[in-house]
Amino acid sequence: MTRTEKLAASLEKRYGKRVAAAGSGGGPGGRNARDRQGGKPKNVRHTIGRLMVYVLQEKARLAGALVCVLISTFSMLAASYMLRPIINTYIVPLDGTRGDPAGLFRALLVMLSVYMAGIVSTYLQSRLLMRIGQNSLQRMREDLFSHMQELPVRFYDGNTRGDLMSRFTNDIDNVGNMLSSTLISVFTAGLTLAGTLALMLYTNVILTFVTILVIPLMLKAVTKIAQTSGKYYSLQQSALGALNGYVEESITGQKVIKVFNHEEITKEEFNILNEKLKTNQIKAQFFGGIMGPVMNCSTQVTYTLTAVVGGILCVLRGFDIGGLTVFLNYSRQFGRPINEIAMTMTSVFSALAGAERVFAVMDAEPETPDDADAYVPQPMRGDVVMEHVSFGYNEDHMVLKDISLYAHPGQKIAFVGSTGAGKTTVMNLLPRFYDVQQGTITIDGVEIRHYQRDELRKNIAMVLQESHLFTGTIMENIRYGRLDATDEEVIEAAKTASADAFIRHLPMGYQTVIDGDGSNLSQGQRQLLNIARASVSRAPVLILDEATSSVDTRTEQLINEGMHHLMDSRTTFVIAHRLSTVRDANAIMVLEHGEIIERGTHEDLLKMQGRYYELYTGKAELD
Amino acid sequence: MKKYTPYIKPYLFFFIVGPIMMLTEVFGEVWIPRLMSMIINNGVANHDIAYILRIGLLMLGACLIMICGGVLGGYFSVRSAVGFTGDLRRDLFAKVQTFSFADLDDFSTGSLVTRLTNDLQQIQMMVMMTLRMALRSPGMLVGGLIMAMALNRELAMILLIVIPLLAFSIFLIMKTAYPRFSRMQTALDALNNGIQETLTNVRVVKSFVREEHEEEKFTKLNGDLKQRTLDAMNTVILTMPVMTFFMNITAVAVVWFGGNRIIAGRMQVGDLTAFITYVTQILMSLMMLSMVILGSARSMASFKRVSEVMDFVPDLDDVDAKQKDRKVEWGSIEFQDVSFAYPAADRIQDDETTSGAAPLPGAGFAPGSAVNRNVLEHISFKIEPGETVGILGATGCGKTSLVQLIPRLYDVTAGRVLVDGVDVRDYSLYHLREGVGMVLQYNTLFSGTISENLRWGNEDASDEDVVRYAEYAQADSFVSAFKEGYDKMIEQGGTNVSGGQKQRLCIARALLKRPKILILDDSTSAVDTATERRINEAFATELKETTKLIIAQRIGSVKDADRIIVMDDGHIVDIGNHEELIRRCSEYQEIYYSQVERNEVAV
Repeated sequence: MTRTEKLAASLEKRYGKRVAAAGSGGGPGGRNARDRQGGKPKNVRHTIGRLMVYVLQEKARLAGALVCVLISTFSMLAASYMLRPIINTYIVPLDGTRGDPAGLFRALLVMLSVYMAGIVSTYLQSRLLMRIGQNSLQRMREDLFSHMQELPVRFYDGNTRGDLMSRFTNDIDNVGNMLSSTLISVFTAGLTLAGTLALMLYTNVILTFVTILVIPLMLKAVTKIAQTSGKYYSLQQSALGALNGYVEESITGQKVIKVFNHEEITKEEFNILNEKLKTNQIKAQFFGGIMGPVMNCSTQVTYTLTAVVGGILCVLRGFDIGGLTVFLNYSRQFGRPINEIAMTMTSVFSALAGAERVFAVMDAEPETPDDADAYVPQPMRGDVVMEHVSFGYNEDHMVLKDISLYAHPGQKIAFVGSTGAGKTTVMNLLPRFYDVQQGTITIDGVEIRHYQRDELRKNIAMVLQESHLFTGTIMENIRYGRLDATDEEVIEAAKTASADAFIRHLPMGYQTVIDGDGSNLSQGQRQLLNIARASVSRAPVLILDEATSSVDTRTEQLINEGMHHLMDSRTTFVIAHRLSTVRDANAIMVLEHGEIIERGTHEDLLKMQGRYYELYTGKAELD
Repeated sequence: MKKYTPYIKPYLFFFIVGPIMMLTEVFGEVWIPRLMSMIINNGVANHDIAYILRIGLLMLGACLIMICGGVLGGYFSVRSAVGFTGDLRRDLFAKVQTFSFADLDDFSTGSLVTRLTNDLQQIQMMVMMTLRMALRSPGMLVGGLIMAMALNRELAMILLIVIPLLAFSIFLIMKTAYPRFSRMQTALDALNNGIQETLTNVRVVKSFVREEHEEEKFTKLNGDLKQRTLDAMNTVILTMPVMTFFMNITAVAVVWFGGNRIIAGRMQVGDLTAFITYVTQILMSLMMLSMVILGSARSMASFKRVSEVMDFVPDLDDVDAKQKDRKVEWGSIEFQDVSFAYPAADRIQDDETTSGAAPLPGAGFAPGSAVNRNVLEHISFKIEPGETVGILGATGCGKTSLVQLIPRLYDVTAGRVLVDGVDVRDYSLYHLREGVGMVLQYNTLFSGTISENLRWGNEDASDEDVVRYAEYAQADSFVSAFKEGYDKMIEQGGTNVSGGQKQRLCIARALLKRPKILILDDSTSAVDTATERRINEAFATELKETTKLIIAQRIGSVKDADRIIVMDDGHIVDIGNHEELIRRCSEYQEIYYSQVERNEVAV
């Protein structure tokens, strides 16, 4: 294999499965788009039914829109037909008499008012439909969002953020387009088609057959082209998906690329993907673009045939010129609705598939509802007891085995152990992010699943391993812990968390706006804000999951001192890598493979000379 | 625009021939109605069936020419548009590869990705549309007008009145719609950001029971989006009725004036029919033209954003380096009175990310700094080849900023950084960075197998070497435990290995480079102490000749270093080994005691 071939093979393995989202032309939305390759809706009738529920909430507007559609289609058809009597009666009377300007004027006035009626109703119709579409979309987004709030954490483990995002963006967009324009254009097209056909038959049967003769040929060409271009289109989308994925990954890791002098190889790989995209794009775009000229040509052929056959009919069978004129217009119009329906069917299907993906999220099982007599703690003291708790993310693999422990208010319980030992998992059970499979967890003697879930969580303040902030001022971010906290309380909490000093250094102090991902703050600073957020809440149970891992030890000590009085009345759980963080705990649990293998105070554990002692000696060498 | 000529040149033929081919389509569309009117005027009037058939054949011929022109024109415009954007994409990506760290801080990651993907895609669409429509629409307009004039000059006067009126109305609509569309886009971005944030922070939301708070925020954004969409769309949907209005008015006027002429015997019926067809064509092409203009206005924003990258002058380069062929041989480092401030982040205007936020320096490790504040001041020290030097200090005291100056990830503001006695600015960037291996604080693995990832350090490394260096970094044991071993696929961002494993792989990757200077920026924070000690031992025995700089939080990570630099707020407080520092440096003592319980330290 040559070097290029090797690179190409590796790229295929890494990015081959990515597909850019349909219609979006790629972009960040398309990253986790593996499952959208087959963009076919599975249960069309069911999905349409559910969409209708949204649309039908606007019955009055919908009825109005339907009336407008009928009026506009009817008046367009009527006006186009009026040309025939006008020519035959007033301009070139069939009986050979001279034309009648006064009559022509009157007839044209009628024609003009019919036109106007059509225009006004077209406008009203699109306004109403736009409104219906947007209202339905708004409700749908609202439902999706609020349902997602109710979904358990487990759901988010199994779905990537990119995938969920693309349901909010691409999928809902497609549905929106369908609701506000595609559906109605299909409907109007159908109506126009039927009306035109009726008028054509009324005008001249033979000419109608000539016109229709071309349609099967045209349809055949259209489907053939659509198939070919569909094939190349999906090739293009996967090439685009691969390229976008590559761009995203390499730009994200650009600093590493620079440190490793990897720019040349990166360019080489990019060029392979780029060339592949070019090849596929040329084919896809070419076949996609052919549709226009082919349709155009077939319209012209129909027009030609109509003109020739119509002309001959005029000569041989006395077909009237007015009739031929309107018929020529019809022959041009006739192809358009068919074309429109054919073209929009693909987008209707992809919109339905999008709607299905949206509904799939809405159908996902929410967190189990509270019992009717669920307990409301008043107030909670924070006496936590775990008895023989076992838990696994899936049934056949237990992550936690037979965990028992207790923690009284004012106590600090620490968890120590290697990555993957189950420390974070234990803590996720307390606020019921997951429910235990075996054993019980009680707080103040009440099993946690008997509390109202919201009340339970309000009583547990967490500082999570991954520090997350929201777009907004620093003040707002800390206040997130307790929405009714005063500015003074927020600043107090920031002082407790040793965050006050750096916040005051910022250009706008507490009013500094931070990005959602907090990219303008260091990891350590973000952790300080997270701690401040938890301190401002008055929850009796406090969980610190690697809360200070990126904070230097001196600052950490300041935080500990600051939080000392805070912890006095609270039950605190601490997970930490640094053993210095946990040594003053009332009890330290050493976890390994989901089991507590040692427990006791720092001194007890050192005396045991077990796992903790081993871990600690990595540090004990200091002395 | 001049800078885009190199991208047009290779496809110049297609760029010219494409639109010309499109003109044949115009020719067909314009000529066919004319032929039809001849059928009515001459054939039907004279009862001449042979004539009708002859003209019919001509019309079919015109259809044939049309389809050939249309298909070929389509092909050429696709070839040129795809070629143009493909080459542009290649160079744009290559340009980004020349960006320095400061440049990357300025453009956000998301903005660069969008420019390389969506913006280029948008440009391609525009080029393709323009090529297809450039001559077609105006051609139809002009052709239709000429034919209409030829048919009947006086009737054509109606068109001369209607066209400017229609053009003006469309212009008005677009002028109103365009700003409304950008407001709609802003609302959409806001909504998407909001959703993204809630999704990312789902555990925070749940643990603070803020679901309703989030829903309130969302409802507001959602309502905003709907209102702004309606504002924009309600303007746009005026286009069709306005268009139809003018078309119908024209048709009625044509029938009235034309009808009177026919009655007076000054015009033939066929001409009237043909004339109405031309009117439709002309107004339609005007409509298409305005659509193209509207579309290209939108793509112009993309063009601007792409040009911004193309024109960007990277913050640092090695053009003026005096010793480009020099390689790092020994690995000594010297800082001479170095001061450093992060470059101001105001060099680009990104319309998409301006959100009224107070501007902060893009670098995350410059805490609390106002724009342009010095994060390092008057730093001087010297490190000999093979030395191991630890750097300690509080969060945000400038440790990372300091080591980043060595591989020239940023340039000093004042003073000099020397490697092997030569200013780092005099090396070529390639040789300098080959000599200096660095494990970044925010590190990433790339999608691909573990062995592919490790070979970033050295593409041609043997399997034995890969395993050996992985052993030094204490990565071999867990890699071997994977079912696929070194062939295990790492997912994007390294999400399928733990934090500690990721850090060890990143270290192994840097080791494979066999650098003369190795910098570890807090690279073992997620590794447990025992493993970390084994890594340090491997460094001491196997990498004797490499100069090692280790930034750490834990004193244990650097205690055995030859020397330790203690930093505070951009200054060096003290330099010395553990024993010296514990005696004389109060900052060091403070850090030490914060990590080791006071009563246990029996000095």
